[in-house]
Amino acid sequence: MSVTYLEAIREAQTYLLREDERVFIYGQDIAGKFGGAFKATKGLAEQFPGRVLNTPISEDAMVGTAIGAAMEGMRPIVEMQFADFSSIALNQILNNAGTQYWRTQTPCPITVRLPSGGTKGSGPFHSQSMEGIYSHYPGLVVLTPATVEDAYTMLIDAVAIDDPVIYCEHKYLYYHLKANALPKDKLPIGKARVVRPGRDLSIVTNSAMVHEALAVAQQFSADGIEIEVVDLRSVKPLDTDTVLASVARTGRLLCVGEAFPWGGVTAEVIARVASEGFHLLDAAPARINAKDTPIPYHPNLWSEHRPNAKTIAAKARQVLAE
Amino acid sequence: MLQTAERGASSSKTAVHEKYLEAFRIMLQTRVFEEKLASLYRGGMITGGVYLGKGQEAVSVACGLFLQKDDVFAPLIRDQAGRSAFGEPLLDVARTYLGSRQGPMRGRDGNIHRGCPKAGQLAMISHLGAMISVVVGKLLAKRMKGEKGFVGLTTIGEGGMQTGATHEGMNIAAVERVPLVVVATNNHYAYSTPNDRQFACADLVDRAKGYGYEGSSVDGTDLTQCLEIIGTAVQRARAGRPPQLVVASILRLAGHGEHDDASYVTDDIRREPFAQDVLPRTEQVILEKELLDREGLQQMRAEIAAEVDKAVATAQQEDAPVGSEEDWCAVSNRELVDQIP
Repeated sequence: MSVTYLEAIREAQTYLLREDERVFIYGQDIAGKFGGAFKATKGLAEQFPGRVLNTPISEDAMVGTAIGAAMEGMRPIVEMQFADFSSIALNQILNNAGTQYWRTQTPCPITVRLPSGGTKGSGPFHSQSMEGIYSHYPGLVVLTPATVEDAYTMLIDAVAIDDPVIYCEHKYLYYHLKANALPKDKLPIGKARVVRPGRDLSIVTNSAMVHEALAVAQQFSADGIEIEVVDLRSVKPLDTDTVLASVARTGRLLCVGEAFPWGGVTAEVIARVASEGFHLLDAAPARINAKDTPIPYHPNLWSEHRPNAKTIAAKARQVLAE
Repeated sequence: MLQTAERGASSSKTAVHEKYLEAFRIMLQTRVFEEKLASLYRGGMITGGVYLGKGQEAVSVACGLFLQKDDVFAPLIRDQAGRSAFGEPLLDVARTYLGSRQGPMRGRDGNIHRGCPKAGQLAMISHLGAMISVVVGKLLAKRMKGEKGFVGLTTIGEGGMQTGATHEGMNIAAVERVPLVVVATNNHYAYSTPNDRQFACADLVDRAKGYGYEGSSVDGTDLTQCLEIIGTAVQRARAGRPPQLVVASILRLAGHGEHDDASYVTDDIRREPFAQDVLPRTEQVILEKELLDREGLQQMRAEIAAEVDKAVATAQQEDAPVGSEEDWCAVSNRELVDQIP
């Protein structure tokens, strides 16, 4: 038996609906036989009547409704059809959910699932990675699972957290990534994971870019260069300690992110390492992100727009040569 | 004593609503309290803005007066009367405006952004229309939990009616068939912008049909109408009828906030029937219908003045929040606080 990243998300929701009567799922096209644009809720509406609810095309009101329900004691999961459309709900997420606990001491335990990141042919409005925007604002927890196991355990954890959680699931990983079984153990939210140990360079990354980084690490290993790959898992809170410990081992840092280049996760990691671990660095820290243009439609352009194994390898060589 | 007078009057006079005098007392308390706030603001005693409901007291009080303990109320900036009618202590208001650390917002948010979600009163954000869907969520959750007989009421203005969030929120309420009442007050100026640059439909109440709501209009300067029509809307929603839209018409008799002299309000509009001040109009009805005599009104004023003074004096004596004692933590789970070096 094997389980894909997408199946893990569906299984986590099945578990949550079964085990916690406060949970319901709210989103577009998720109910009935259809089961969602990506089938992440397929079969769940039939299995759990009245708890997997189709909504109008109203991202703002979907999240607003979830906020109200959460404040009333429920544990809603909102499925955005694509992360990109959550821009319509930015106000509710940032200004209503994100400020609620601070202002009123009332917890707001919503989980917003964002099918994120690029896939071939998806273009400017179905490909975005928005973890940086959500992390910038106070009051939110922002997660970017990169493995089947994390997709499962982090979604279950997300719903248990009393605060609003932005759960960024990568669409490219939905079908590409498989595990033998659902996990029995888990790493707590807020902890990064060293997915490949190394001594010469730390690549700190998250989500689908973890797998690009691993491909580069494997390629360099053949030449005797050992790259350590750190999967942040949770973007907010950010596990600065694990990153610093990795840089302490390798002396060199390359941050890789699929999001746009201005600010964001890679800039934040570099800022923290530069201020807290400057003495650990043997070379200037570097980063590589998507290009500063909208995300292109054509596969030839798209594969050059995002960081890929080739561009990451080139940047890694630069950092190693310094 | 006041209640005795009210009972005596209502048995002989049937023309006014049974809650008329109770509502008037809250309206008067609101007016007196808001005048006090304005004077504190002019004296530099209040940091941030002061937003008054002057002219809107009858509409607002009716919004709070028919709600019960387990109902949901999401007021906006001109709803002091409705908040008081729903049970918000005057001291909470004074504490929030004066920045007491003992207030419901503890200095973290101010003035009209206060609320107490546990008591069913949501704390508005400034983005208009955003609270409608939050009320929908509260009502949806109550239904999921098996509660019965509850209702939610939220308020909006003719300006707020034009946001995307209002459209989404009103629609999703009808789709979810939740017992919601939306009371929209057209006070004829959204900050400085008059109706003709805000909407182009003949009457905002016509939108009720488009959303699948039941709609009604009300003269916001007539307390009996406000009580009857908003009271009926609450009753209908509670009874399982579709969501209710009530559109009230008034003129805002103050600036957008106390920083605003409202010099853009035209002389013509000030002569419109909806521009009359609801407080003296209501007072006159009370005297005509002999619900209270002048002496009774005088006594009510004196009681209210004492209540207002007490709330303000109490809040003024309390400590302000201190930055060094603040925990600066926006998430409830301390283990998930991002430790920024």
